[in-house]
Amino acid sequence: MEKQVSGEVTITVKFFSLIREAVATEQLVLEWSESLSTVEQVKAVLSERGEAWSTALSHPNLIQAVNQRVVFPEENIADGDELAFFPPMTGG
Amino acid sequence: MVTDQLIDPGQLAAEFYARHPHAAVTTFVGFVRDFNETSQVEDLFLECYVEMASKVLTELGEAAASRFSLKAWNIVHRFGTLPVEDPIVFVATSADHRAEAFSACEFIMDVLKTDAPFWKRERFDDEVVWVTVKGSDKDRRLRWVNKDKAS
Repeated sequence: MEKQVSGEVTITVKFFSLIREAVATEQLVLEWSESLSTVEQVKAVLSERGEAWSTALSHPNLIQAVNQRVVFPEENIADGDELAFFPPMTGG
Repeated sequence: MVTDQLIDPGQLAAEFYARHPHAAVTTFVGFVRDFNETSQVEDLFLECYVEMASKVLTELGEAAASRFSLKAWNIVHRFGTLPVEDPIVFVATSADHRAEAFSACEFIMDVLKTDAPFWKRERFDDEVVWVTVKGSDKDRRLRWVNKDKAS
């Protein structure tokens, strides 16, 4: 992929709670491309990393957030975005 | 705000009363419980997506202020490892009348439980278990959505 002269060309992906534990990763950085332009596409690419990843990312109640906002899997991702995967929240 | 430091609810309440001496103030404090459905809890680990939690709690306070005509509000939520009986969350709401102050406090807690990015993991009998969302918490959250639809 051709690097842009200015601006970010990566997306940051964070994992929390039992999803973080399942993939043994708190955070990673992916090079952004048009083939990684939706949450669903990022999930598909990460799921290829192995069974632990595909199982965790197919968690039936998985929630995804883009730039700290909960979104649907069809949500678009742009370069510089922060994506997060986590189970239902249990605060308070 | 979110913090990994011990919360002092008494001090937070006193500061809130001093700054916002309105007609009606409600406060709520949630503590780490020493039991779950089956066992004695030894401690609680509260994981937090700090950047998102700060944003969600601010927007939740603003939504409560708008919905219940609050004069002021404060939400403080702890994260990290907490011993049993440590305070987890402090909420204060201030309004002209008690109904709005009570309702706003309840609204904030009901929404916070399912919408703020915190995850509880309990330790007991040398086991650690992630807490799952209770049906009653989902129901309480849903009540506010249904009220929105009805209004």
